Amino acid sequence: MTLAAASPGFLSPTGVEVAFLLVGLVTLGAAVLSVTTRQLVHAALWLVVALGGLAVEYLLLTAEFIAWVQVLIYVGSVVVLLLFGLMLTKAPIGRSPDADSGNRPVALAVAVTAAAALVWVVTDAFRTTWIDLEGPARGSTGVTGEILFQHWVLPFEALSVLLLAALVGAIVLSRKKPEGERD
Amino acid sequence: MHLAYPAVLAALLFCVGLYGVLARRNAILVLMSVELMLNAVNLNLVAFDVWLRDALHSGQALTLFTIAVAAAEIGIGLAIVLMVHRNRGTSDVDRLRDTAEPRRGDGDTDSTDEKAEAAA
Amino acid sequence: MTTTTLAALVPLLPFLGAAAGLALGRTAPGFVRPLAVLPTLAAAVLAVLVAARQGGGAVIEASTQLTPTGSVPITLGLHVDGFAALVAVLVGAVATCVQVYSTGYLRDDPRYPSYAALVSLFTAAMLLVVYTGDLMVLLVGWEVMGICSYFLVGHYWETPEARAASLKAFLVTKAGDVPFLFGLFALAADAGTFRIDGVLAAVADGRLDHPTPVALLLLAGVAGKSAQFPLHTWLPDAMAGPTPVSALIHAATMVAAGIYFVARLLPVFAASAAAMTVLAVMAAVTMAGSALAALAQDDIKRVLAYSTIGQLGYMAGALAVGDRSAAVFHLLSHAAFKALLFLAAGAVIHAAGTNSLTAMARMGGLARRIPDAYWTMTVALLALAAIPPFAGFFSKEAVLVAAERTALDGADAPAAAGWTVLVAGLLTALLTAAYALRLWLRAFRGHGPAAPDHGRQPIAMTAVLWVLAIPSLGFGLTTAYVDDWFDRDGLGPTLVTAVLGTGLAVAGGAVTYAVWRTLAARAVPPAPAPHVAHPDADAGHVEAEALRLPHPAEDPADPGRALLGPLHRPAAAGFHLDALYDRVLVRPVLGAASLVRFLDREVVDTYVRGAGATAKGLGRLVRRAQTGNVQTYLGALLAGSVVLAIAAVALANAFAGA
Repeated sequence: MTLAAASPGFLSPTGVEVAFLLVGLVTLGAAVLSVTTRQLVHAALWLVVALGGLAVEYLLLTAEFIAWVQVLIYVGSVVVLLLFGLMLTKAPIGRSPDADSGNRPVALAVAVTAAAALVWVVTDAFRTTWIDLEGPARGSTGVTGEILFQHWVLPFEALSVLLLAALVGAIVLSRKKPEGERD
Repeated sequence: MHLAYPAVLAALLFCVGLYGVLARRNAILVLMSVELMLNAVNLNLVAFDVWLRDALHSGQALTLFTIAVAAAEIGIGLAIVLMVHRNRGTSDVDRLRDTAEPRRGDGDTDSTDEKAEAAA
Repeated sequence: MTTTTLAALVPLLPFLGAAAGLALGRTAPGFVRPLAVLPTLAAAVLAVLVAARQGGGAVIEASTQLTPTGSVPITLGLHVDGFAALVAVLVGAVATCVQVYSTGYLRDDPRYPSYAALVSLFTAAMLLVVYTGDLMVLLVGWEVMGICSYFLVGHYWETPEARAASLKAFLVTKAGDVPFLFGLFALAADAGTFRIDGVLAAVADGRLDHPTPVALLLLAGVAGKSAQFPLHTWLPDAMAGPTPVSALIHAATMVAAGIYFVARLLPVFAASAAAMTVLAVMAAVTMAGSALAALAQDDIKRVLAYSTIGQLGYMAGALAVGDRSAAVFHLLSHAAFKALLFLAAGAVIHAAGTNSLTAMARMGGLARRIPDAYWTMTVALLALAAIPPFAGFFSKEAVLVAAERTALDGADAPAAAGWTVLVAGLLTALLTAAYALRLWLRAFRGHGPAAPDHGRQPIAMTAVLWVLAIPSLGFGLTTAYVDDWFDRDGLGPTLVTAVLGTGLAVAGGAVTYAVWRTLAARAVPPAPAPHVAHPDADAGHVEAEALRLPHPAEDPADPGRALLGPLHRPAAAGFHLDALYDRVLVRPVLGAASLVRFLDREVVDTYVRGAGATAKGLGRLVRRAQTGNVQTYLGALLAGSVVLAIAAVALANAFAGA
């Protein structure tokens, strides 16, 4: 953190900043398309773009392990899972006119208001804050591994139990009941 | 790099996800929007971790946890949606209205009570 | 046992009997009759013992304080002087007679257990009033009597007359009791104590600052309880109760309580000449008016009721001239012959199957059918008419003597009060003899077909009549002995008043007899009179049915009609006092009640209903938000959060800027 007077201005961005900005615009655009498109499968695909863009942003923020985990988990499995879900619920292929509910105007108003408020607060708070990306890498695989297994072991193991529970729960929920058995 | 860039991007992504949660009809699309919101939080965590540089790397560790929890959440969520779809034949959020106030007509009993009170 | 213990047992025994009777009435019907008669009898015997031991000597004072009651202490106390001792004997004796008589009279009544228990409670309350040494405790007995009279007068509550009469008795006496209560408080505030001896001491010391308002307030309660004008109207209507209850109310309890109360606190009233004058006027109006009304009544019990009012007027008159010995003396002798009159009237009604004198005049042989009632009632009517040597003569003479003395020297009370009472008393003596003879002639000297035979009266009823006939006949001769209990010597008659009173009574009787003979000679054969449907039932049942019979409208053979002339119609209606009350008090109250009802239903309830409708409407509006759509809920929730967040940030900025 440096003093406000010494911090670089917004009018002369560094290269990283330019890249971040461009990728951020792509990500944001993909996210907006993902929540507005009327084709359900396209929404999932736009979500892939948005999540991939976020992975690039993580890389730009020197968090490379997170970036790869993002690609592996989200782009690799979550989106595939969502696509499976879409197919299993017999989602229509192509434009479906009723993708949005009647709640849309309210949703738009709430979202825009919240966005305005958040952006105003965030810019007001962090106008002059500077992230120093130089120095030792924060998010390399080695560093992350060491930290995770030195300081975060217990939560990590607890997390594995959570995942196991979720696994069992998902199996129980989606299992087809044998004939004659009611729950 | 200015912290404002990731922070603003995270805020905007969060609000886009918010819109999706409130506006989408299909439950799976709602889940996608939830993913967007979670990712916005993740971006914030990573950005502030890089800025603060604390020794425990809390931001990145928590990001990993969030990703794991999100994966669990999407699994369970999808299982529930599938089950609802199987039982109800639909996964549209706004058609699952079992908790709604009953329409007029069921309220006849208390209106007769009212008449009895007025007569007494 | 000490005399104090005995005296405490006197009111306690009937009370315990009442409680036991109420508790056992349903489960053990065999105990009801002993439980009704024996405690009352025991109380009467104990009262006699107390009176003998007290012997008119020193006042027995005993008191205990159960709990501190603030600035003016209330004590459970006895204050037994000669008056209290004698009145207690009277109450016990009459109550015992009534209880014994009731066992025969209400033989088959399904409500006999509660009836007997209430009579016992009534007796206990009266005995409490008689013996207590504390005005607050006196008030307790006073009010218990009020509620007992309400229940007992309404014993035949199936009939609308009985219901109306019981309500009227209760409300009219309560109308007097409210000022009475204020009077007691004012008296206690002046005297600084509720104890009777303390109050009397305060009066003797002249510490009573406001005697007139206190006395007038107390007089209102006395007028209500003792049926004095203008609060007497409940008593004739109270005839809707069973005859033994009438005997109890008229002879021993209730109406006697008012007179006894004034007698006991006479110095308080005597301290105010205005109160004494008011009492005298009240007594005079009551005497003369009730005697006129009695002459016009057709119902035998109403005649007796008006005669009670008149005799109570005599007692009030004696008090108004400051002679409480004469008042209590008349109270005692009147109680004896009035109880006898009522109990005999019960037998007459039973035998005749009607309570109408006109109907009785149209049936022959009633005297032969019920010789016991005939002879005893003759004795009692002679006593009522104050013919020597019957009891009424001596006691009435005592009143007249007291009035004459006051009129002449004005020592104890204003001379005007004395003259008022004397003149009204003599006039009433004339009228009393007239209506007593009319009653006797109409009831026992009727001509016509014989009344249906209902068999002999139960021995419990006839024996009581003869027992009561003894004091009616001979009580007056005991003046020399009862003097001991009174605070004045020489209750005996003097020549002037005796000649005047007896002469007037004989004259009244003679005129009535002459008129009756004349009318009877030229009477047309009368129409058959109505009778009850079940003449073979027990006496109480016959009376309950007789209550509902219509009274024969016009009877030219009635000597009362000829004697009263144009006064007959208003006198028969009690001088339209009830109609006046109805117009002046009842209808405005009913109107106000309906106004209040309207205001409550249409104005106040409108707000209530409006509040309900508003809440319902709001609820219906809010219910629309309850769509069941999770997204709507979530949208509203998040919108609220955003608004809150913005408000918080804006406020923070505003404060930071400031």
